[in-house]
Amino acid sequence: MAISDPRRVIEAIYRIESPKLIAKLARVLRDIGVAEELAQDALVAALETWPESGVPDNPGAWLMTTAKNRAINALHRRRRLDRKHEELGRDLETDEPRDRGADLEAAIDDDLGDDLLRLVFAACHPVLSTEARLALTLRLLGGLTTQEIARAFLVAEPTIAQRIVRAKRTLTEQRVAFEVPSREDLAPRLASVLEVVYLMFNEGYAATSGDDWMRPALCEEALRLGRIIVGLVPEHAEAHGLVALMELHASRSPARVGEDGAPMLLGAQNRARWDRLLIRLGLAALERAESLAAAAGRPRDAYTLQAAISACHSRAPAAADTDWARIAALYAELATLTGSPIVELNRAVAVAMAEGAQAGLAILDALETEPALEAYYLLPTARGDLLEKLGRASEARAEFERAAKLTKNERERAVLLGRAAACR
Amino acid sequence: MRFMVIVKATKTSESGAPPDEKMLAAMGKYNEELAKAGVLLDLSGLKASSQGARVRFSGSKRTVIDGPFPETKELIAGYWILQTKSLEECIEWVKRCPNPHEEESDVEIRPFFELGDFEMSSQTKASHDTVAARLEKDKPARA
Repeated sequence: MAISDPRRVIEAIYRIESPKLIAKLARVLRDIGVAEELAQDALVAALETWPESGVPDNPGAWLMTTAKNRAINALHRRRRLDRKHEELGRDLETDEPRDRGADLEAAIDDDLGDDLLRLVFAACHPVLSTEARLALTLRLLGGLTTQEIARAFLVAEPTIAQRIVRAKRTLTEQRVAFEVPSREDLAPRLASVLEVVYLMFNEGYAATSGDDWMRPALCEEALRLGRIIVGLVPEHAEAHGLVALMELHASRSPARVGEDGAPMLLGAQNRARWDRLLIRLGLAALERAESLAAAAGRPRDAYTLQAAISACHSRAPAAADTDWARIAALYAELATLTGSPIVELNRAVAVAMAEGAQAGLAILDALETEPALEAYYLLPTARGDLLEKLGRASEARAEFERAAKLTKNERERAVLLGRAAACR
Repeated sequence: MRFMVIVKATKTSESGAPPDEKMLAAMGKYNEELAKAGVLLDLSGLKASSQGARVRFSGSKRTVIDGPFPETKELIAGYWILQTKSLEECIEWVKRCPNPHEEESDVEIRPFFELGDFEMSSQTKASHDTVAARLEKDKPARA
């Protein structure tokens, strides 16, 4: 690893400093787009100056001063322009631009502490589409370049660039206030923030097998953002729950792909390869989420429940040690909370593991009429699995064949047809 | 990327004397900053090597050696585990650390082995290369 490239050093510094920089500027200027441009200008100035002069002792302060000066200049320009317009009228503007600059300077130097939190809420604002929220969050809070974001989502760079420009414009046009939501708005707004982080993580986690190499970076970014958010709203159980969920899932990344590159199911994974540090962090985060919920006298949220389910696997030294009864109970709680038939399907599998195939099958039977699962190949797959265990071979074969018809994944179809053929 | 950031020992840290209060406070603030930035995974301080031992391996022989150990500057006094995007980012965080010792000392940064560093099968590798090639192709021409 070469560390001599000054550009990489400057970019690393920018990544550390830019969220704070943008957040402060946005609070004072009340415009996230302009704030980000000024921060970018400061980065460009650093790239021009530092390779010659060396990196200053306090690079964060240097970037802030540079951006601040540009903000003040921009303000002066705007005021001069305003004044020209006014001169066309009758009154002459008497307000000294220099004083305005001094005000601005003082305002930027104010440390209100929750600037970063305001930035998080703005980047994940519900007026933006999900895609826009994801891109903007990675840009403003993750300090990722457009190119990096494009690579992470496997889309062309101009697409992301446009998405970010449009998102910033939307925030300006819709006059999205740069503020922490009021008490009554906080819960839905925080949910919107956590959703962005969760989607980011899943985008990275769902396709780690085989042909993606930038995706793990998305998982890492989501984890980092999750930890930042927990630091900003430490009293919110669901933020801890989400971090726990991501950490516990990520802990299994090293074991998710077998020697031949094929995906490994949970039960078949080599648990020695699980990341113990992430498991420890995930379990600690889960404990905090659960105790916060308990202290508030509230039921566990969906992230925390999913983390609790994931933790049952993390705690089992071998697949055979898994506490399926507990998992089934947690799925029941989650099903009540979400009303999702897919959660119910998962509960059926857990119940089958805990109490036997017949008990699981009874739950699946009730799901047969569920319209949302009509074309969902995992329902017949699960049925086939349980019927096979019960020795009902011909019924099992029919289910595997039905599943094979429904799946869109070629690899999956081959596996299912193989299982169908094996039922006799 | 995950890094272990290792604080090397000094004569003072090896003496077992408790760390300076002011330094501890500054370190606490720094650790909080690492946590708030989402880069801190773990950290710990280690007692002086006089409290420890070594097991020397030589062929099939195992010899236990009691601390303290002589090569003070190479001993470990504590560590962080940080998750950053690059070595450069990790270095920048380390440069912001308050000086852990009165005497001159080193803080060493070592990357962890990661998935794919040494056990990527040829098949997985091939598909990674395909994506890399595809991304390269999709990249718009840069001015």
